[in-house]
Parts: sequence; C-alpha cells; structure tokens
Amino acid sequence: MNRADLNSHEDRLQLIKSKLKWRYAKENIFRAAGIIAILSALAMLAILFISIIGSGYSAFQQTFIRLDITFDQDVIDPDHKKDPDVLSQADYGGLVRTALGKMFPDISDRREKRDLYSIVSSGAAFQLREMVMEKSGLIGTTQQVWLPADDDVDMYIKGHIQLEAEGSGRIKENTVRWIDNLIEQKSLKKKFNTTFFTGGDSREPELAGIWGAIVGTFYTMIVTLALSFPLGVATAVYLEEFAPKNIWTDIIEVNINNLAAVPSIVFGLLGLAVFLNFFGLPRSAPLVGGLVLTLMTLPTIIIASRASLLAVPPSIRAGALGVGASRMQSVLHHVLPLALPGMLTGTIIGMARALGETAPLLMIGMVAFIVDIPVGVFDKATVLPVQIYLWADSPERAFVERTSATIMVLLAFLLIMNALAVILRKKFERRW
Amino acid sequence: MVMSHDDIFETVGKPLLNDGRIKISCRNVNVYYGEKRAIKDVSVDIAEKEVTSFIGPSGCGKSTFLCCINRMNDTIKDCRFEGNITIDGENIYDRTMDPVLLRARIGMVFQKPNPFPKSIYQNVAYGPRIHGLARNKSELDEIVITSLEKAGLFNEVKDQLDHPGTSLSGGQQQRLCIARAISVQPEIILMDEPCSALDPIATAKIEELIDELRQNYTIIIVTHSMQQAARVSQRTAFFHLGSLVEVDDTNTIFVNPEHRLTQDYITGRYG
Ligand SMILES: Nc1ncnc2c1ncn2[C@@H]1O[C@H](COP(=O)(O)OP(=O)(O)OP(=O)(O)O)[C@@H](O)[C@H]1O
Ligand SMILES: [Mg+2]
Repeated sequence: MNRADLNSHEDRLQLIKSKLKWRYAKENIFRAAGIIAILSALAMLAILFISIIGSGYSAFQQTFIRLDITFDQDVIDPDHKKDPDVLSQADYGGLVRTALGKMFPDISDRREKRDLYSIVSSGAAFQLREMVMEKSGLIGTTQQVWLPADDDVDMYIKGHIQLEAEGSGRIKENTVRWIDNLIEQKSLKKKFNTTFFTGGDSREPELAGIWGAIVGTFYTMIVTLALSFPLGVATAVYLEEFAPKNIWTDIIEVNINNLAAVPSIVFGLLGLAVFLNFFGLPRSAPLVGGLVLTLMTLPTIIIASRASLLAVPPSIRAGALGVGASRMQSVLHHVLPLALPGMLTGTIIGMARALGETAPLLMIGMVAFIVDIPVGVFDKATVLPVQIYLWADSPERAFVERTSATIMVLLAFLLIMNALAVILRKKFERRW
Repeated sequence: MVMSHDDIFETVGKPLLNDGRIKISCRNVNVYYGEKRAIKDVSVDIAEKEVTSFIGPSGCGKSTFLCCINRMNDTIKDCRFEGNITIDGENIYDRTMDPVLLRARIGMVFQKPNPFPKSIYQNVAYGPRIHGLARNKSELDEIVITSLEKAGLFNEVKDQLDHPGTSLSGGQQQRLCIARAISVQPEIILMDEPCSALDPIATAKIEELIDELRQNYTIIIVTHSMQQAARVSQRTAFFHLGSLVEVDDTNTIFVNPEHRLTQDYITGRYG
C-alpha cells in the first residue's frame, strides 16, 4: 500500500485495521509469556515445598518405648538422705537396663544384651534423673515411663532404614524381633516430638532440638534490629532531608549501594577481624552475630528508607515550612510518619534476609556445637540456618529429617515476616 | 520585537510608594538559579492591607519572587538571593533574622492544595501548636474554629473536624490551606495561583474570601487570570523574563497601561 492510498478515510481505517490483528496478537503473546513465567516459578516453589515437607514432616514424631522402671532405693539413694548431689549422680542408666532385662529375661549373651540396651536412647537416663530430682517421692516405687527410643529404632519404625542384612542399614535382626515384641505389647509407639522444639543441639538425634537455635536467632535478630533500624533510618533521613548534595554525599551514596551488593561472607570476615580480633568480643555470641548482620542489613534499610522519604511529596514539606515549622519539625511531624510504613517494610525484608543468613555467622564461630540454651547476647549460641548447615552435615539418617523439619520452621518464620511486610504496605497505602 | 534573556526592563508605573502604607519594600532584588538569573533587579513596594497581584507569562519569575518574601527559597538548592527586602523596615535577609520566625509572620498558600494527611482539626491546629500560641485545649479549639470561619469553611466541615483533610474537595482543601495559613495570625499572606486547580464556583468563593481577608492582612496573589487580578487586587505588577515591567493601580494597568508589553499581555496579544 503506498502513500497515495491513504488519502481516503476508508483506506486509512483499512490500514489501521490490518495492523490491529498483529497488535492484539503481540499483546496475547506477551501475556502468555508472563503467565508461563509465573507458573514455572510456582512449580519450582511447589517442588521445593513438597520435597522439604516430604522429608521433614516425620521429624515431628518420635518413637517412644514404655518401660516399667523401678526406682530402686539402693541404687538411687542408698543412705536415705535425699541429698541432691547423691540423687543426681546415681546410675539411672542402670535402672533402664534392669527394666529392659526384666522385659526380655531370656537374653544372657553379653553382646546381645548390649544390643538390647541400645534400643533405648541414652537420654532416657537424663529423663529419669529429672523425674527423681523433681519428685523424690518416686524413690522406691515402680512407674510406667515412656522413654525415647534410639534413633536407629526410630528410623526403622519410620521406614527410613532396613535390616542390616538387606543393605547398608544399621538395625540388626534381633533388634527387629524385640521391636515387634514391644509393638505387640503396645509398649512402643510414635508420639509428638516435643524435644525437637524444646531441646538444644545434641549428638543424639532423638535428643536434639531447635530451641537453642531459635533462642540464638531471637537474640541475634534483636541486636540486628535494635542497631540497624535506628541507624538506617537516621542515615536515610540525614542523607535525604538534610545533607547538602555534593561530591561527598554522592560518594557515600555509591558506597551504600555497593555495600548492599557485597557478598555476605565478606561481612563475616570483617566481623572476625574487627569485632573478635580487634575488640575482643566473645566468639559465637549473638551480639557479634547481630553486629555482623547489622552491617549487612543497613544498606538495605537505608536504600528502602530513602526511597520512601523520596516518595513523600515535596508539597507536604513546603506546607509545613510555610506555617513556620523548622526543617527538623517538618521532617519529624510530617515526612517521617508518612515514610515510616515504607521504612518498616524495607526493614522487615532486610531482617528476613538476615534471618536466613549463614555464611557470615560461620566466620565468627556461631557454627560451634552448642548444647545449652543461650540466656543472653554474650552466651555462645547458634542460629537456625547454621543449625540446618550443621545437621545437614551429620551422617546419622535421623538428622536428615530434622534438617528438613528445621528448614520448615525457618520457612515459616520467613513467611510470617514477609506476610507482615505485605500487610503493612497494604494497610498504609499512600492516601494523598 | 526581538528579545533576549539578558534584557532588563526599567519598571514603569508606580513601583514605589511614598505614603505611609508600605508593608514590604524590595530593592534591587536579583535571584539566581545556579548561573541562571531568574529575577533581574526588581524594586517594588507592597502596600499594607491591600491585595497586590503578580501577573505575567509562565516562567517569568513570579513564584520565585514570591518565595523570596518568606525566604522559602532558602530550601531550594542552588538558589542565590541578592538585594534587600524589608518588612516594616526590618531587613528579612539580615543575619539575625530567623527564617522560621519570619514564616510565622507570613502565611503561604500554594498552587496545588496541600493539606497534611491528618484530620481537618490537626491541619489548622498544627501552626498554633508548634508556635505555642494556645495555652490549653479550649484556646486551641477557639483558634481552629475562628480560622475555619474566616476561611469560610467552618459551616461545611463543623461536623467532621476529625475527618482527614485530604478527603475534602479541591476547593475545600484550598480553603483549609488558607485557614491553616491564617491560624498563626500572620501579617502577610502569599498566594501562588491559589485557584488554578479549582472550578469557577470554588474560585468565586476564594476570591470573596480574599476580599474579606484584605481588611486584616497584606495579600500578594500570583494569578494567570486577568479577570481575577482585576476583581481582587488593588495594585498589579506585571513581570516579564525576570524583570518587573510595570506596577500600578489595577485600574490603570487594565485600562491604561503604560508599557507596550503590558498592553499586549492583558489584551491577549502577547507572544
Ligand atoms: N528550582 C529551580 N531550579 C532552577 N531553575 C528554576 C527553579 N525554579 C524555577 N526556575 C527557573 O526560574 C524561572 C522562573 O520560574 P518561576 O517558577 O518563578 O516562574 P513563574 O512565573 O512562577 O511561572 P509559572 O507561571 O509557570 O508558575 C524559570 O525560567 C524557571 O525555569
Ligand atoms: Mg509559578
């Protein structure tokens, strides 16, 4: 079609019409591409969730064995004084062994006896000691007690390992016989695994829990939040509202943006050099972890805060200055309240990133094996992602499901935080 | 006529007053944005308790000049002021003059209504509160109510003082901004195109209001509407390319302007 044809009104319409089809087609292709992208992202997410939940859900249950424990006076408190020192030193493992022996009286072979004793967790002794320390009236009585089974038994019950003969599993034929026997007597069953949520780390999977890591994470996050939020907001307010725009502030701006992209392990190395080696702060402490994560989170918070300050219309500032507010007052009374939701959203996103951070914490020693629950920011501690890293590295089969379960807990926390950020943003949507 | 940006026009008409009515007097005011000279050697007197309107083509420097009077230009980076402005004989660019105190004496109403995203009450109460003008809640209530009444808004909003100021209509918002400006009882009110975002009815209301406020306040209004300038102002100043071309009684400017440019502009032959 050449130019001359365009002279008439109809020809022009015809031309536009002929192109219209292609224009709509382009639009549809674009939309389809977007939908495909979203669907594939969702599929990946679904695979991730399914695989983690699939291998982790069984950790929320733990196999227990019921034994008739006789709290023998002669074993626990031979001189009838109820001296706590004596009570806590008694041979509770012996009580468990006696009870097991009574249950399976026909076992006499020493090696077989050892196998029998190992079906109950070594943590059973601690549980009995705790019971006695709490209530000394138990001494001299016989009680039915549910004690955690050894992790190999637990894994066998859950179907994760097989008989030794059939493959690489660690469970023996005689053990399987006893297990069947216990099940018949209704003395073996799976119960909710409270230890997983209340215990600290342990070499024994059935005694290991994430409470220590959760508390460590909590302290670390508190330190991070307490430092990075006020510092980040103050920096953003100064840079955006008060600082002169010159080469220095430009340099600072470039550096802040740069810091946001620095790999997190670099901050860990910095923390090691500065906080541990130079200032001599304790290793593995949430305080140092918080400091390192603050360095990492600050740029994110500063950038988000500056963006939300920038989004406040200048007419608001002019209005405040116009009635005689000082610059500080116009910022504090008008600009900051309007920018705060955006700042909070940025902070939550930064904190969510810090929550999942492992590498910098490895550098400052938060990767140590720590059994005790920390009670302050100076105590040795670990955090959830590092706990995942530690357990993922452990050879025991039972730690595999605990790793996945911990990931589930971590994901739940992340989900809550990000949902909070979205809710905040929705709730305080700009209204001018 | 060929004009370049370097042209400076001698002001004709009656820029300077010699009766005792002078409220603001500006002498040899120059304003630069970086290298660019936005106001060129402007000298003019503004009379007390009168409405003075600034007219002129877009970009001629009306807003810039207005902002010099309450030192809002302090907050603009790269903006440099030269010259002399006195209010009641007091040099406002003096080192000892506090811009915050100055702005408490000079209210400002902007082109686009810009109420704070807070309640109507809080919008008006903000100024008196930061300056500590009210000793207690009932005094503050009093100030808020009288300001809203003077701005002709009270009857429309008296049942919804706790509603957000941003929920009002454009014209109501602008009157709220006027109430906010007069709540600190300024001596001078600067208005930068206060009606440009409003419909004719809302505009008429504001013009009526300006006419009433004239009793107590010195008012400067920037406007693009010749009719508005003619209706509300007693004196009119015509700016062109940063120069003040002509100042005179509004009547004279519109009936018998002295300068060619003024004549062209008000008859719409400008350009
Ligand atoms: N912040 C600024 N930085 C640099 N130049 C500016 C700035 N503000 C205004 N100017 C320039 O100064 C000149 C005068 O601007 P001003 O806003 O005072 O004009 P005006 O008369 O108010 O125009 P309008 O009627 O469109 O509002 C214009 O040429 C403008 O480009
Ligand atoms: Mg303007």
